[in-house]
Amino acid sequence: MLAMPRKDLILFLGFAAAVLAMPIWLQPFGAAYPDLLNRFAIFAIFAVGFNILFGLTGYLSFGHAAFFGVGSYAAVWSFKLLSMDAVPALLFAVIISGLFALAIGFLSLRRSGIYFSILTLAFAQMSYNLAYSVFTPITNGETGLQLSLNDKRYLDRMFFEAGPGLPSPTLFGVTLNGYVAFYFCAFFLIATFFIAQRVTGSPLGMMLKGIKSNQTRMNYTGVNTRPYTLAAFVISGMYAGLAGALLAITDPLAGAERMQWTASGEVVLMTILGGAGTLVGPVIGAWLIKYFENIFSAINDNILTQFWGFLPEGAQHAAVLISSKFVGEGWFLTLGLVFVLIVVFLPGGVMEGVRRIAALFRPKNPDSADAGTASTKPQPAE
Amino acid sequence: MTLLKRGLSRRRVLQTGMAGIVGTGVAPLMFTKGAWAQEFCNNPTGDTITIGLNVPLTGAYAEEGADELRAYELAVKHLNGEGDGGLLNVLQPSALKGNGILGKKVAFVTSDSQTKADVARAGATRMIERDGALMITGGSSSGVAVAVQGLCQEMGVLFMAGLTHSNDTTGKDKKRYGFRHFFNAYQSGVALGPVLGQEYGKDRKAYHLTADYTWGWTQEESMKNATEALGWETVAAVRTPLGAGDFSQFLTPVLNSGADVLILNHYGNDMINSLTQAVQFGMRDREVNGKQFQIVVPLFSELMAKGAGANIKGIFGTSNWHWNLQDAGTKAFTKSFGAEYGAPPSQAAHTCYVQTLLYADACERAGTFYPPEVIKALEGHEFDGMGNGPTLYRAADHQCMKSVLVVRGNENPTSEYDVLNVVQEVSRDAVDYDPAIFGGDLGPAEPVPMC
Repeated sequence: MLAMPRKDLILFLGFAAAVLAMPIWLQPFGAAYPDLLNRFAIFAIFAVGFNILFGLTGYLSFGHAAFFGVGSYAAVWSFKLLSMDAVPALLFAVIISGLFALAIGFLSLRRSGIYFSILTLAFAQMSYNLAYSVFTPITNGETGLQLSLNDKRYLDRMFFEAGPGLPSPTLFGVTLNGYVAFYFCAFFLIATFFIAQRVTGSPLGMMLKGIKSNQTRMNYTGVNTRPYTLAAFVISGMYAGLAGALLAITDPLAGAERMQWTASGEVVLMTILGGAGTLVGPVIGAWLIKYFENIFSAINDNILTQFWGFLPEGAQHAAVLISSKFVGEGWFLTLGLVFVLIVVFLPGGVMEGVRRIAALFRPKNPDSADAGTASTKPQPAE
Repeated sequence: MTLLKRGLSRRRVLQTGMAGIVGTGVAPLMFTKGAWAQEFCNNPTGDTITIGLNVPLTGAYAEEGADELRAYELAVKHLNGEGDGGLLNVLQPSALKGNGILGKKVAFVTSDSQTKADVARAGATRMIERDGALMITGGSSSGVAVAVQGLCQEMGVLFMAGLTHSNDTTGKDKKRYGFRHFFNAYQSGVALGPVLGQEYGKDRKAYHLTADYTWGWTQEESMKNATEALGWETVAAVRTPLGAGDFSQFLTPVLNSGADVLILNHYGNDMINSLTQAVQFGMRDREVNGKQFQIVVPLFSELMAKGAGANIKGIFGTSNWHWNLQDAGTKAFTKSFGAEYGAPPSQAAHTCYVQTLLYADACERAGTFYPPEVIKALEGHEFDGMGNGPTLYRAADHQCMKSVLVVRGNENPTSEYDVLNVVQEVSRDAVDYDPAIFGGDLGPAEPVPMC
């Protein structure tokens, strides 16, 4: 356990470099601005955590947004009651969402397969509706929980007086905004990626993969699988809580819509789009979806007219008319098409595409064939 | 787990990793430093300025959002000296020249707020950080307006609210960088109360259905205060989720509650659905407590009235503005909007158009885009000619003080747009109130936050 396989190390370092250099290589895509970069990092954490449960154990949770939302609420309450510092907010959020995941996981994991999915969906939808109505004093309902000038901030008040206006989240006195916030989130993405990598390779990870391939067989060999699945559930719940807290740190507001079933479905899409069970896949899926959501949805007719400017008048008009259905508010349509194409032709997600392309360039020598590639090829169901 | 002999220790990995993070993490910050050397957020350096339009194109308020977008595009055209100039010709006093703002052409970027606070904030941040928007404007949901207004305050970018009717926007959640031209729920209650008393008597039992967010809450409170002052009794006030679609489960209890007035604190598609269903339930044909059952929709718009069709006939509500008013400003705007889009503008379109012009005018008068100076130019500014009569941008809470219209669904519409009649124009003095009643604090204008 003290050493890392070389392949993992290269993957980790490559991933870290790619994440840290995002402000540079995303420039040509028009996505290199702090707010979107923050979202890239935050939702990647969310997806990586989700993958620990779904990718490793095969348990498909449809309610992970609940933990995400709980993390956000916990972080904002920490800002309101304790301090504007990010550290207590993160700790508070991860602990609360972990406990929440423990409670929901304890109940939901009594069932597997579709029943488990439905149970988690029900719990998440319950949390959403509670946040929306009954818990309004805690969550501020539809308007969302926000900072206000009358907040107590007991911890901060012990050390210094309140300044004018609303304070921003800080890290040991450094204001977390713009690129500082991004590198803060990026640090957590890299750290959580590292942890996910270690979990995947650990005995716990082996056990979880065992559960995915045949839980009944494991039970018959005398292994109680429940503690392992529960551990995976809680870990991924804490990941979601961490992501939610980071979102609240970069933008101190928490709304109930973060817990809606569409938000839970989004993380499932991210994981499947990128490639469930792989480490990098969910990250790529998260980036793709957030890119579509923020960039594609902002393309309007003016931009399209410029884009198709090289065509003659009539053709330009037609091109704008057709393509405008796929951008702007029609970005869901494009995303849906991409999703269908990937699921039909690349069931393993984007990562399978990457592997197939890599295989084309590899010499056809059975000795050098990577063991990892062989094992992840589509196999008949057991 | 496979362990390679040449594998590195965890400590080594962490050390190199941290060194890499520190090294690469700090380097790009040096490059971006130059971007912060401006004196305020998105200080325009070229010959164009960009404004960010944050409107709902999907969700319960999509129709209002689409009309707002049309109005913004028209306003930008007029500011740049294209088209017939619209309200530029009638604004009094005006510093606008029809050559853009301070000689710079106006461009715009858009974002779909989806009537969700989270999405709207992300969209506004994108327009500020990536597209260099100098001012954010838009609305149709007070929840969104309050959230975006808070964001704009943090970023040091002006927010000219579009359609937002909650008391909180310029009440407890008011912000130094946020301005609202639209009226609010309190003013609706004050204007509508006496008319309801006159029409329906002093002895009524009211049942509220309320959209469950900041606007609904304040509207319900304001309507309760206004009607209870008349002597009405409030039987119940039930909160409904925004965008519910089907309101039958909320409407059934009304029938057995003993209430004889239903007050629908709904807007947009929600109001169209709840009103249509209430009429389908036969509520308007009922008699309760020996009186004709009545429905009241405190905040009305032409788009909603159009959507609800014949169900709207005879129903009372309030409006910020109506295209059928006969002053020069209204006529000019209706003509110009009609010529461009072939339909009269809604109140949402009107308030958004006016807000854009007021911002441009304030920049011209301040002689700069520097937000604190523009704020000073707007605060306490008295103007006329925009279709609402003499109007004051109150300095204490950034709320426009102007007259409010009490409207009623037209019994005999002559066209599909002629759906509302203006019953009464309640004067500015009558709907005036002390800004202190809602609390809140504007916060400072300076130092200007850096986005």
